[in-house]
Amino acid sequence: MSGREPGRLTQAPGRPADVLLRGARVLDPGQGVDALLDVLVRDGEIAALGDGLDAPAGIEVIEAAGSTLLPAFIDPHVHLRTPGQEHKEDLATGTAAAAAGGYCTVLAMPNTDPVVDSPQVLDSLHERAAADARVRVGFFGAISLGQLGEQMAPLGELADYGACGYSDDGRPVLSASLLRRALQYAATTGRVLSLHCEDTSLSRAADMHEGAVCARLGLVGYPAIAESTMIARDLRIAQYESRPLHICHLHVEQSVEEVRRAREWGVDVSAEASPHHLLLTDEEVLGLDAARFKMSPPLAAEPHRQALIEGLRDGTIDCIATDHAPHHPAEKEVPFPAAPNGVIGLETAFPALVLGLVESGVVSLELIVERMTAGPARAFGLTAPRIAVGAVADLALWDLRERWTVSEDDLRSRSRNCAFLGREVQGRCRLTLAGGRVAHSAAAVAA
Amino acid sequence: MTAVLTEPAAVRVAGTRHLLSSEDLDRPTVERLLELAASFEAVAEREVKKLPTLRGRTVLSVFFEASTRTSSSFELAAKRLSADTISLKSSGSSVEKGETLKDTLLTLDAYGPDVVVIRHAQVGAAALATRYTRAAVVNAGDGAHQHPTQSLLDLYTMRASLGRVEGVHVAIVGDVLHSRVARSNIALLLACGAHVTLVGPPSLIPRGIEATGVSVSYDISDIATADVVYVLRMQRERMLAGEAYVPSLREYTLRYGVTSARLRPGQVVMHPGPMNRGVEITDEVADSAASLVTHQVRAGLVVRMAVLYDLLAGPEGAA
Repeated sequence: MSGREPGRLTQAPGRPADVLLRGARVLDPGQGVDALLDVLVRDGEIAALGDGLDAPAGIEVIEAAGSTLLPAFIDPHVHLRTPGQEHKEDLATGTAAAAAGGYCTVLAMPNTDPVVDSPQVLDSLHERAAADARVRVGFFGAISLGQLGEQMAPLGELADYGACGYSDDGRPVLSASLLRRALQYAATTGRVLSLHCEDTSLSRAADMHEGAVCARLGLVGYPAIAESTMIARDLRIAQYESRPLHICHLHVEQSVEEVRRAREWGVDVSAEASPHHLLLTDEEVLGLDAARFKMSPPLAAEPHRQALIEGLRDGTIDCIATDHAPHHPAEKEVPFPAAPNGVIGLETAFPALVLGLVESGVVSLELIVERMTAGPARAFGLTAPRIAVGAVADLALWDLRERWTVSEDDLRSRSRNCAFLGREVQGRCRLTLAGGRVAHSAAAVAA
Repeated sequence: MTAVLTEPAAVRVAGTRHLLSSEDLDRPTVERLLELAASFEAVAEREVKKLPTLRGRTVLSVFFEASTRTSSSFELAAKRLSADTISLKSSGSSVEKGETLKDTLLTLDAYGPDVVVIRHAQVGAAALATRYTRAAVVNAGDGAHQHPTQSLLDLYTMRASLGRVEGVHVAIVGDVLHSRVARSNIALLLACGAHVTLVGPPSLIPRGIEATGVSVSYDISDIATADVVYVLRMQRERMLAGEAYVPSLREYTLRYGVTSARLRPGQVVMHPGPMNRGVEITDEVADSAASLVTHQVRAGLVVRMAVLYDLLAGPEGAA
């Protein structure tokens, strides 16, 4: 067993799509495709790719010249707040946001209320998703009961009920012994552990990245080493146990270095970075807007951002994950230290990256697409969305030239705590097919 | 739903001016405020210590954190200018019943105050307050962030004592990490051409603070070269419980306490209060002729009169 076995993905049933997309630039780095092509989707599958395809009788035809067709994305790290915090997000609103962002699959963290630490909770979530989810959703099970870091959760049963992996995200697994036993035990289920690494004795009560901005603001600093020393420890444990590991949301240079080093030793490690950490710095915190700029790990200083970009380029960071973390507006309308951590990002991830990294020539479009499709698929044993005959239609049609300023009215998420609110981004998703069904369709497509 | 996009910390909302941070004060504004403060000195000497300037205006102060000097001097400053005053403390108010800062402010705003003076334990509280009141907001302390009227009164005191601030060397000694007074003073002193050295144990000097333009020293003997020795209290109420910043107060006093042996003639000593005599400062120093502590308190009154006057009747405030 590879140790990166897939869990169960669930999506609400829908009519399989039948559509002919005509004349889009079709870009799938995984398939080595970059050409102007027609794509015929029949019964939810890609039936034909080619030039001047005939439209079968009665099929919807979308003139897509000038648009770009990409494989739809996978986000391995979102918070859908169900069960227990549906005033922030639920499966319907969260997956609507995902679909509008060009995603076909999201993996939801288990720090809900109650925590996903029993087969009952997990089973009810799949039931819910089967009714409400526009895109495929996988659910992590907790590593420890109640995510309290004490007693191991029933990893075996959780796997039997379809857990896509295990995580205590939001909290680190502080006990090295618990982490080691969970890694050993997870070998029997093949599911990977996804770790939020943070030595909380170093980051207690932290509000933001420790450094010059924090010094000026008088907030409590989160030192870079709070993350990186825990990553170093956890990767050594994984190496000792010869088990794979997935590391959540790297945010500083030291963490990138630890992952890079571990890979050189042969540790099977996958790692994420978020769009906000790749695009923004701690300077944003100067305005003290907790809704947009308070999250854990925090936005770091520019050299760290550069190190993340370098890690993304050289493959040390193989996944882009939003850590989509909705919070109700009232919860964020408090002084900075009192606000909960987290920002939403599903609807802005790709457009923000296109403007911030691709347009400026920092990284290629192909690289971003790879880190949002094949990268996360590999990390969690999933089939990568691909544009090839016979594949399930997991596609997103983008107008990559359109620049727009993110406003509250654009957001399908139930929450508004988006780091990119008020910022310009580039690229609008016109249509998303997830699991062969239309998950998102902008009015402009028909025009 | 209304927009939740926030304003930057120093924004002026619809013509309303606020005093949120010393970082927002430019030199001409500082000059104006200090001159105004000086002009109020004469009032303090009169038998009837009152001006009619702010008659019919309302100054509302909300203190979510303990205060002696600041709350009393704001209240007295407002009264000296004939404003109506309401002073609230978090104990005995709806805050104890779980009311949020937003709701407290929306409630108080219904009275139509002209100025809201706010002190709160958390960084950004005063900036947040500007969203929920039409009044001018004065930050009387937000966590370890800013306390701009303190730095104005300190500047006023220094200038009165030394005749200038430009080129003056100020050593700020002690728990800089948890001090809004230090942050306010750093910004204002540097803006006015002073040199600032922070002196204290490394664990109480914020990492990266040098970027502001200050020097940092971990050696108490370095206060000898300063013109002004500005002493800070160990702010235990802001320290994380159980965190070892220094081995003990006793050791802190031994290594960083300001004693007459560590001072040289001609230096002046300042302290924002409250002092912990025998910890960061000896009785001997606190009560010596070099100490400007009572001058600071007196300056607090006229400087706060100047701030209220400027916000409500000053060049832009009159509008």
